[in-house]
Amino acid sequence: MTAETLPPPASTIGPLAWLRANLFSGPVNGLVSVFVAAALVWLALQIGGWATSEARWSVVTENLRIFLIGRYPGDLAWRIWLALAIPSVLAGMSAGVHGRASRMLAVTMSAVQALIAVLIATSPIGPLGVLAYAANAACVWIAFLLGLRGWIPRRALTIAWLVSLPISFLLLAGFEGTPLVSVSTNDWGGLLLTILLATVGIVLSFPLGVLLAVGRRSQLPMVRILSTSYIELIRGVPLVTILFMADLILPLFLPGEWRLDRVARAMGGITLFSAAYVAENVRGGLQAIPSGQVEAAQALGLTGVQTNIHIVLPQALRAVIPANVGLFISLLKDTTLVTIIGLLELLNIGRAVLAQPESLGARMEVYTFIAVVFFVLCYAMSQASYRIERALGVGTR
Amino acid sequence: MTAVRRDAHRGTVPMWRDVRVLRIAAQLLVVLIVISIIAFMAANFATATAERGLGFGFSFLGRQAGFDISESLIPYSSTDTYSTAFIVGLLNTLFVSAVGIVLATILGIAVGVARLSPNWLLNRVAAGYVELMRNTPLLLQLVILNFVVFLQLPSVRESLAIGDAAFLNQRGLYLPGPSPGGGFGLWLGFCGAAIAVVPLSRVVARRLEDAGRPSHRLRTLGVLAALALPVVGWIVAGGAPVTFEFPVLGRFNFSGGIALSTGFTALLIGLVIYTAAFIGEVVRGGIQAVRRGQLEAARALGLSEGQVLRLVIFPQALRIIVPPLTSQYLNLTKNSSLAIAVGYSDLFKIGQTMSNQTGQPLPVIILMMGTYLVISLATSLLMNLYNRRVQVLER
Repeated sequence: MTAETLPPPASTIGPLAWLRANLFSGPVNGLVSVFVAAALVWLALQIGGWATSEARWSVVTENLRIFLIGRYPGDLAWRIWLALAIPSVLAGMSAGVHGRASRMLAVTMSAVQALIAVLIATSPIGPLGVLAYAANAACVWIAFLLGLRGWIPRRALTIAWLVSLPISFLLLAGFEGTPLVSVSTNDWGGLLLTILLATVGIVLSFPLGVLLAVGRRSQLPMVRILSTSYIELIRGVPLVTILFMADLILPLFLPGEWRLDRVARAMGGITLFSAAYVAENVRGGLQAIPSGQVEAAQALGLTGVQTNIHIVLPQALRAVIPANVGLFISLLKDTTLVTIIGLLELLNIGRAVLAQPESLGARMEVYTFIAVVFFVLCYAMSQASYRIERALGVGTR
Repeated sequence: MTAVRRDAHRGTVPMWRDVRVLRIAAQLLVVLIVISIIAFMAANFATATAERGLGFGFSFLGRQAGFDISESLIPYSSTDTYSTAFIVGLLNTLFVSAVGIVLATILGIAVGVARLSPNWLLNRVAAGYVELMRNTPLLLQLVILNFVVFLQLPSVRESLAIGDAAFLNQRGLYLPGPSPGGGFGLWLGFCGAAIAVVPLSRVVARRLEDAGRPSHRLRTLGVLAALALPVVGWIVAGGAPVTFEFPVLGRFNFSGGIALSTGFTALLIGLVIYTAAFIGEVVRGGIQAVRRGQLEAARALGLSEGQVLRLVIFPQALRIIVPPLTSQYLNLTKNSSLAIAVGYSDLFKIGQTMSNQTGQPLPVIILMMGTYLVISLATSLLMNLYNRRVQVLER
């Protein structure tokens, strides 16, 4: 009996084994790993070196107020803070009352505002701003704890959400001849305008989109044809052409007395544009409802309208929340296009800052800052939407 | 019996509760609302234009444009008409979109494959690239490319060069361009024959197969012939039907070859790297959606790794990939309208100039939207035809 001593089996645990399995499983793989790693290190050194020694971040910190709120009067900035406090409190309460899905909204609201507080701390805006946004971020969690107690009726919360947007909007705009001085929308700018355009766009386009989606699946041929043509027309043309139309031609289509300012026109254009995309999302949700639901509703004697309102839409709309968060993200990115019709949203405000003589040659700093802001917002939301998708159990129930 | 029931229905149900009447009434109401909105807007438009003395019409298209366009695929000068200028813009849009779609597809497939790579580092780098592209606005990327990256390029004298062929500098990208030489027509004929020979050999092969004679060789032969024919034509035509003209540095700039402006190059690169991230995700999703059992079954049958990919995975992934890929192609085409930010004369930029000069925004926007719509519909039609071909017939 000649027992041959076999070498010990290759280790399958520990960092070395991990390296072998994931980076050096073969000669080609090893070469790729070394090459990619070298490129990454070089890139990190370049960017790190630039960001820590060469870059003049003072361009960003000195102009932070302009980046955040544009030419909105500095002494009225408390109104923005208050306008943000309303949705912060509501988001916190919703998270407490409804749980899971809305919890992501609350986390995002408080994290973004905490981040703004940190940013303000690096700028000459002053400690009051830091305190205000930190307070807002904290408000979310206080409201969350209140919501958990179960004192807040669900219906009241829904109504509060519905009225909160107009209230926040009026708080920002103000009224002529009252203590709440009116602020021209021409002075709105920066991140404030970016977020406002996207939010107003998605909120206003939602009812229109639901109508269009139901219309596209209607049994009435005229309704179907009209809805389908609208959706396909809008989806077939670029957003810039629609913004261009909203800017130049919408005023001609409306009576001369209805003077719409530029921001309102852009909001109109964005709403008409995103309605078509909301409609397609909702249509996807409607198609996912098993036909047994509709048949059961009909068997119970519900009319067509009742079937839609009580049976089909509640299920369909729940299923399309993640898709609509995705739409909100692309809308947030697309608001940069209002630059082309001359509005001062975040990207265009960056150009305005760069036009100042003292920020000469600081292009990379300004654009990097804007890119990071967009990245943080969009990435956070896409992760949130992913979690919501799982929490709602779309496609698994 | 049903006829009797229906008659009884007509007798008892009053008209205002009869479903058929209600359906027609509802449609009439909707049409009426839409028509009245349109009429309201048209009336306002009529008064507004009358006040400003603008009018409405397409007659300006025949007038002299009077503005220059920096780059054009067809001969154009400022004395040409507005309609010619519009066509120049349209061709520029189609050009950048077509080149962009080809390059974005190639890069996108590479990104998708990298995302599926077993190499952890490559996989993570590809994921980072996708997230970076998807979570920042395209317009911002274009602005950075055009006003930061391209502005840092060297001047004409110190161009970045690849040999004597390609040059990159502040003014743009210069590449060798083909120009027809002697016997060009003859060579073109050979190329045409090469394109025709592949489907021809397939048709013949199918006929033979239907007749019960396997003819795999014939198909291979067809492909080989298609590859050989242009070479044969090249020799027959006397050796130089197409010569490549290289860009040459003159007194102020390069001349000869293909000159691409910085605007075009920035737009193209921006569109390609942005769309490739989305295409990469589409490709990854498509490949991952092929069931694992398919892969295992194919291996169990003794197919090589290449055959597994080519014959089993890819055909099945393709039918999942094509529909979302279509919408990415449409997005790229529509996004090319951001050319205005980098100064490339596409459809939208020329339309805007036309609208400013003529004071006729509505006809211009109708033309522009109509054109974009036709491009979109044509692209989806083509892709739908292709989609029908790659769909696996379910039995």
